[in-house]
Amino acid sequence: MKFKQKDILGLEGLSPEEINLILDTAEPMKEIMTRDIKKVPTLRGHSVVTLFYEPSTRTRTSFELAAKYLGADTSSVSVAASSVQKGESLRDTARTLEAMAADVIIIRHCAAGAPHQLARWVSARVINAGDGAHEHPTQALLDMYTIRNKKGGFKGLKVAILGDISHSRVARSNIWGLTKMGAQVRVVGPATLMPPEIDRLGVEVYHHWEEGLRDVDVINVLRIQLERQKKGLFPSIREYTQLYGLDQKKLQVAKPDVLVLHPGPVNRGIEISPEVQDGPHAAINEQVTNGVAVRMALLYLLMGRGEQDEVPA
Amino acid sequence: MKYLLKGGMVVDPLSKRVDKLDILMDDGEITAVEHQIDASGCEVFTLDGCYVFPGFVDLHCHLREPGEELKETILTGTRAAAKGGFSAVACMGNTKPPADSSSVISFIKDKAQEASFPVYPVGCATKKRAGEEPSEIGDLVEAGAVALSDDGDSIMNGEVLRRVMEYAQMFNIPVISHCEDMNLTGAGVMHEGLNSTLLGLEGIPSAAEDVQVARDIVVAELTGAHLHIAHVSTARAVDLIREAKRRGIQVTAEVTPHHLCLTDDAVKDFDTNVKVKPPLRTRDDVDALYKGLKDGTIDAIATDHAPHRRDEKEVEFNFAPFGISGLETAVPLVWEYLVESKIIGVVELAQKMAYNPAQILGLPERVIKVGTEANLTVIDPGMKLPVRVDEFVSLGKNSPFHDWVLRGWPVMTVAAGEIKFSRSE
Repeated sequence: MKFKQKDILGLEGLSPEEINLILDTAEPMKEIMTRDIKKVPTLRGHSVVTLFYEPSTRTRTSFELAAKYLGADTSSVSVAASSVQKGESLRDTARTLEAMAADVIIIRHCAAGAPHQLARWVSARVINAGDGAHEHPTQALLDMYTIRNKKGGFKGLKVAILGDISHSRVARSNIWGLTKMGAQVRVVGPATLMPPEIDRLGVEVYHHWEEGLRDVDVINVLRIQLERQKKGLFPSIREYTQLYGLDQKKLQVAKPDVLVLHPGPVNRGIEISPEVQDGPHAAINEQVTNGVAVRMALLYLLMGRGEQDEVPA
Repeated sequence: MKYLLKGGMVVDPLSKRVDKLDILMDDGEITAVEHQIDASGCEVFTLDGCYVFPGFVDLHCHLREPGEELKETILTGTRAAAKGGFSAVACMGNTKPPADSSSVISFIKDKAQEASFPVYPVGCATKKRAGEEPSEIGDLVEAGAVALSDDGDSIMNGEVLRRVMEYAQMFNIPVISHCEDMNLTGAGVMHEGLNSTLLGLEGIPSAAEDVQVARDIVVAELTGAHLHIAHVSTARAVDLIREAKRRGIQVTAEVTPHHLCLTDDAVKDFDTNVKVKPPLRTRDDVDALYKGLKDGTIDAIATDHAPHRRDEKEVEFNFAPFGISGLETAVPLVWEYLVESKIIGVVELAQKMAYNPAQILGLPERVIKVGTEANLTVIDPGMKLPVRVDEFVSLGKNSPFHDWVLRGWPVMTVAAGEIKFSRSE
């Protein structure tokens, strides 16, 4: 199968076949990461630029390593969130990167839709590394890769996404991807952090963990942004942890072999207890490894390498 | 100079008649409206197949001057108005400085004089549009303000609104209300609903508009003032206004062409040209607006022309300013989406775009009548053209309608007795 997307802007626009192809391609990529010399020449001579308007260590590093393991040249542009509106416009930055002949631009931005606008303005391929509360496709793909590895597939799997659904791009991308692949997705969180009409995306909505986490195969715990409390979206951190923090007690109602995911970075002891975070159900570190593999797969497919049969030697 | 407008279908909003008549204009005045007028000594415009309306009045636009002349000036804005088929406009007072003093109102009147186009300024309801103290309303009226509004900002304090309404009533001018509860709007940038959830954009709930419409109606009832509600966009607001009218409260309302032609589906590819306040709503809301237009709940169609610079709109959706440049697309949009699809007829069009807006603002009656100053809008229903923002006279090219193919373009505009626009083929 040929991969036809120019950009990876979200999972909304990917077919189940394309998602499978990406996850399948990540498999040999993961193998490359285990080699002594973790570098193949596949993308040699190609330039990958990370353009981050939000601070991020893990996602940026993950993308840069993925590109480097494939032999691409990488460079990074950071724009402080404070200067977004007074500094150079995204439009002008796009012109500049275009003029420098970047092949792939990986963008993270606090404003939803920024990657989509960028993709219209440049001929380079654009990968969305998270845009506002919209989508975070590579996070969802690495979550799905981890789920597939642990559970063997998606059909009929009960997956709970727990926390601040309103402001979460991870939740939206996971909902698109998992429902396309046949999983039964439910969202669990307070009514004040639940976006309107979310049920129309084919998910069940729960406000109480006793029902929301019952018999689920996977729990994807979202990071809670502490500043939301100041805006009155929940009364206190303490109450949030009591009602939605994933601890041993809440884990009891899920399936015995429940898989626990978290996109990181973790607010330790708030949305997830240390016992669960470091316990046998969690695959948080594995997610990080899989993230590099999935991003390698995307770069590989986007740069048109998927048409050659063999995966890099 | 004598002009003869020959063979057009003349629309009368009062008698509701549409007749093929000739119109004679002499020295800016209509001197004859008859079946056949002798053309000798006249410059003749042949208007076969066209409709001739009393001059359209846009009761809600932003001309940006003083202060934001890179977005629009009174000269460019009024030329855009003439090209768009409007023979007069009322401009909102959110200029820089705001039109909260007689000097700014006088400045606008002077610039309008230079541009030689009828402009009716709307003065600020409160000082600095801050919603705290009523502005010097008497002085504003004296200088030429025809209405009061803090457009763009709701007066959040009900007590202040009450005093503005009571005071305005003494001068017999309407208070135009931009109904939006700013707390419910929060950081919202589009209509709150399925689409905002999908796009991860902060939503503005319909309730932000509805609660303010309800409050303003109640305060209008308390004070007996004339409340005019700007750019109605929700089904609930239409219901509230309908009920208020039934109760005899002095309330009028307008709707914009973009709220009649677009829904929040248009936001899907993050085009900042569809970012507008109030936000584009749902299909159900649009249907309710149609119904409100038909049954008379909504009195007028106004552009809310809000020009912005290209670089201001060419940014991330969250950062773009709200507003659509609307003067040059209003007439063909309304023709294509309302008249051609039989939602309203040409008589209602004359009422919603000429007669009623003039009544709301207290201007001379907009009818085509011998002995009155000539104000005319001529529309060619057969003219079918794509919208081209690069051909806009307005400095604001921020339109989501670029390349839309529309019928019913204005071909001639007569304002205050002068031909301000005539489309040459």
